[in-house]
Amino acid sequence: MDALKRLVRSPTAIVGLFLLLLVVGMALIAPVLFQKDPLGLAGRPLQWPFTNARFWLGTDTTGRDIAAQVFHGARVSLLIGIVATLLAVTIGVVIGAIAGYYGGIVDDVLMRITEAFQTLPNFLLLLVLVAVFGSDIKTVTIAIGLVSWPAAARLTRAEFLSLRSREFVQACRTLGMRDLQIIFREILPNALPPVIVYASVIMAVAILLESALAFLNLSDPNIPSWGNLIGAGRSVLRTQWYVSAIPGMAILLTVLSVSLVGQGLNDALNPRLRRR
Amino acid sequence: MRTLLSIEGLTVALPPGADRPHALEEVSLELKANEILCIVGESGSGKSMMAGAVLGLLPEGVRATAGKILLEGENLLTLSDADMRRIRGARIGIIFQEPMTALNPLRTIGDQIAEMFRIHTNLNRAEIARRVTTLLKDVHLPDPEGVQRAYPHELSGGQRQRAMIAMALALEPRVLIADEPTTALDVTTQAQILKLIRELQERKGTAVLFITHDFGVVAEIADRVAVMQRGRLVEVGSAEDVLDRPEHPYTKALIAAVPPLAPPPPQDVAAEPILRIEHVSKTYRKGGLIARSRRVTHAVQDVSLNLPRGGTLGIVGESGSGKSTLARCIVRLLDPDSGSICLGDTDLAALSRRAMREQTRHIQMVFQDPFASLNPRRRAGELVAQGPIIHGEPPARALAKAKEMFALVGLDPDATERYPHEFSGGQRQRIGLARALALEPQVLVADEPVSALDVSVQAQVLRLLADLRSRLGLSMVFITHDLRVAAQICDRIAVMQGGVVVEEGWTAEVFGAPRHSYTQALLASVPGRDWVPPVQADALLAVS
Amino acid sequence: MMRVLLLALRRLAASLPTLFVLLAGLFLLLQLAPGDTVDALVAQIGGGDPRMIEELRQYYGLDVSVAVQLGRYVWRLLQLDLGFSAIYGKPVSEVILERLPATLLLMGSALSFAFAAGMALGVLAARRVNRWPDTLISTLGLVFYATPSFWFGLMGIVIFAVKLGWLPAGGLEEIGAGYTGLRRVADIAWHLLLPTLTLALIFLATYLRIMRASMLEVMNLDFVRTARAKGLSPRRVITGHVLRNALLPMVTLVGLQAGTMLGGSVVVESVFALPGLGRLAYEAVVQRDLNTLLGIVFVSALLVILINFIVDLLYARLDPRIVT
Repeated sequence: MDALKRLVRSPTAIVGLFLLLLVVGMALIAPVLFQKDPLGLAGRPLQWPFTNARFWLGTDTTGRDIAAQVFHGARVSLLIGIVATLLAVTIGVVIGAIAGYYGGIVDDVLMRITEAFQTLPNFLLLLVLVAVFGSDIKTVTIAIGLVSWPAAARLTRAEFLSLRSREFVQACRTLGMRDLQIIFREILPNALPPVIVYASVIMAVAILLESALAFLNLSDPNIPSWGNLIGAGRSVLRTQWYVSAIPGMAILLTVLSVSLVGQGLNDALNPRLRRR
Repeated sequence: MRTLLSIEGLTVALPPGADRPHALEEVSLELKANEILCIVGESGSGKSMMAGAVLGLLPEGVRATAGKILLEGENLLTLSDADMRRIRGARIGIIFQEPMTALNPLRTIGDQIAEMFRIHTNLNRAEIARRVTTLLKDVHLPDPEGVQRAYPHELSGGQRQRAMIAMALALEPRVLIADEPTTALDVTTQAQILKLIRELQERKGTAVLFITHDFGVVAEIADRVAVMQRGRLVEVGSAEDVLDRPEHPYTKALIAAVPPLAPPPPQDVAAEPILRIEHVSKTYRKGGLIARSRRVTHAVQDVSLNLPRGGTLGIVGESGSGKSTLARCIVRLLDPDSGSICLGDTDLAALSRRAMREQTRHIQMVFQDPFASLNPRRRAGELVAQGPIIHGEPPARALAKAKEMFALVGLDPDATERYPHEFSGGQRQRIGLARALALEPQVLVADEPVSALDVSVQAQVLRLLADLRSRLGLSMVFITHDLRVAAQICDRIAVMQGGVVVEEGWTAEVFGAPRHSYTQALLASVPGRDWVPPVQADALLAVS
Repeated sequence: MMRVLLLALRRLAASLPTLFVLLAGLFLLLQLAPGDTVDALVAQIGGGDPRMIEELRQYYGLDVSVAVQLGRYVWRLLQLDLGFSAIYGKPVSEVILERLPATLLLMGSALSFAFAAGMALGVLAARRVNRWPDTLISTLGLVFYATPSFWFGLMGIVIFAVKLGWLPAGGLEEIGAGYTGLRRVADIAWHLLLPTLTLALIFLATYLRIMRASMLEVMNLDFVRTARAKGLSPRRVITGHVLRNALLPMVTLVGLQAGTMLGGSVVVESVFALPGLGRLAYEAVVQRDLNTLLGIVFVSALLVILINFIVDLLYARLDPRIVT
């Protein structure tokens, strides 16, 4: 509870939460504000922003409403970010917890696997996964989650390594507690704060990964993704640069808000560090 | 004697939000040439702030608000940063507590000592190198040339502390501040370092401000003593006066809490053992699959001991002696490589992990660190109730039992709802004890249960342990590095060195007529062994 | 020094099984992909009769069981034979070798810039912690981190190439200008300026954050207190005692992020039309040239392992504790 109080008192977190609420608000209001298909033809192509009251952010190369795509894009980015992060954190925590708690051969095997994933550039792996399993939104989301877990696993493992030798864990063992109970009920709550903070990094990266994929035209073409729009604007970059610029700003703000909230969380959960 | 350092009415303010407004309040003290002045107090007494204030190195937000610190007549509190830097190291040297972390791990010892000369003098490189070698010889480091080229991690704790002393004395400062310089060291190393400080002090005529919490160390080294309590100086006097005829009630209470080295008269203990440790060995293997990189440590080698029913078996030794490993083998936190640990008729060492979980109710452990041994996210009552719940007690009954246990160990039964951080160190140790006792074990293994506590709290917990033992008929294995504590609580003593039990016997025999040379060396190293703390009936009351 | 090398070599040896497990996994994964090289080839030449397809399958060794294919594949890799790219019509190793220099150049310059600038800014922020220079630098770091690199690249092109005309919009060098010697080096540097900045941006943000945190951490350690008690000035405390200790996590990070940086170059090379490995990977995915894609994965993994080997050596030079 102290942490929550510190969170709402940190200016970083306030700015972050405000921006995040803004993006969430955009996502929620999108279907009300723009009821038509955001990918459908709306008007004359390549109208500059603020020149037409109907399309206040203008239209893109194929005459789609940019504002509608930006608002609907918020839904997509947040959804992909959250689902991929949950997946990555779950895999990472389970693998990291087991490797860190048991150590020895279990740790060796699990860490070799983790290393294998880290040796492979994650965007390259993402390309391979998309090349193999296709690029509809579900696949892309799962693929992003699958390439993002190793760092979470390493972090959890490091926490477990230091916590498992702590005396309260040994005390649980001398009381006759089962391993699974020790791992998930006793150690995990203590190991979680840095992982939660790191989840914000994973989410930020997940949103960036999806947008990069969409920019390269390798994500789901049938959803209004910010990256798709930036990619579409490339062909008219020299003249109608706003087509690419606007969704880019949206990505920047979303990722920034997530990072700021993460930073605020970090300050709130580790008050020792902030005072320095 | 000439006064070198004089502290007059010094008040140091803590930042708002601290537990009290001042770290030091109107402290006045004089340090004379060629003397060792011990500043003694419990944690939080402000004794370390004194060192920081003198050097102008107080933590951020902490400031000296009143008073003077005069070094040979010059008020240090009014000096500029640059002037202060010329005094640090050159005219006031300091030795810190943690030899492991007080040296830069990435630079050689020689380089770090030479830095003193590079900052404060214009000597050329050859001359500096020559002086560094001399210094390292002065602190009796073997192979001074080799040590110069060594990195801190290549030296032992005692060697590093010697290097620290060499560095602090490099420019022959008139004043040396020693901030708990031997607290992190083993007792035999401590004795050597104390001797070294005394020797160098006498040879160079340095004035030493020696900060410590340990009255044994005071008795060993002090010319004069100053006693601090919560930021105030309560008593100053010659070592003899303060140690043998304390006047202030707080000093009396502190001294009464120091366990005497002489064991009390033995109590009757059954001959029949409840726990038999037979030929137990434990070896650690480190490193990968490649044979060359493997490191093998024989932590415990062929140890056989008996714990008499209702008695207390003390296992004493220095760090690395294997005493903690043995304790962890007994409760099966570690699996011994060979040997048997028989609790009654059950060989614990032979049990499967599942069967061992069942047996934990009969043998419980109390840990050293009152901060690390309780899960910070669980309420105190939950922590105590956990054991009975695991072993099948319904949660409501277990919680009721937790309250009983709280009363048993002298805690308020209504405090079960609170979290560990709301308790003091001594109270937490009582929670740890309650947790172990809630399972009504036959044997309690206590691993340094009072080492992290201040001396007055330590006395209270020791008294509680003795009391519980006689009331509940507990049998106890008591691990400690502190021979004073061992003398007071143990019926039998086993001395461990390098994984081997070198001597075992009744406490009075081991302390009175040690047979093994290592035991003799250990006993000879106990600081202040010749000093018998005066017993004062009224002071004992004041502590409890 | 010998022991350092031995240590690093041992680490290198330990990463080889990882590499082969990884490749085997990927190979099997690719078996799940609908369509193979022959399908892609046939689609490219606009269809073909079943007999020809059958012969092609035989020619590319696709007519045997997966296990045999995997065995052959690993055996070929051991001989550093990456197979044949049907799309480019030459050995994969040749294709990759052509594209490798551009990527290495881009990565090297981006890494150096990000590391140097991140370190400098991190030190600056830590020395003025919680005051305005720190706030400014830290905020800038967060913004950099949140900027999608491809978008930053595009906006850079708009501003510096299109509007101002100061920098080229893409490519590795002026095609057909026929520059040689130093003139050519300058031209390439000119072309790589914007891509380097683009790729370095996110890493700069990470490095500066880690450097700042690491400086603050080290400044609280006991030996820094010792250094101050010796009478060292704040500047000499930083340069003599804090800096080198604070660099250790940064060095580790370079190794950990080598893979991420290679991944980032896929996007940046696409934005700036650089003929590098990343762009090749993208083309391979689009053209379903799985042989080439696998080859790139193999080479990238080798590259990451090599970078980590160098990082290990560097770390051991910085930290004497590592060797014993």
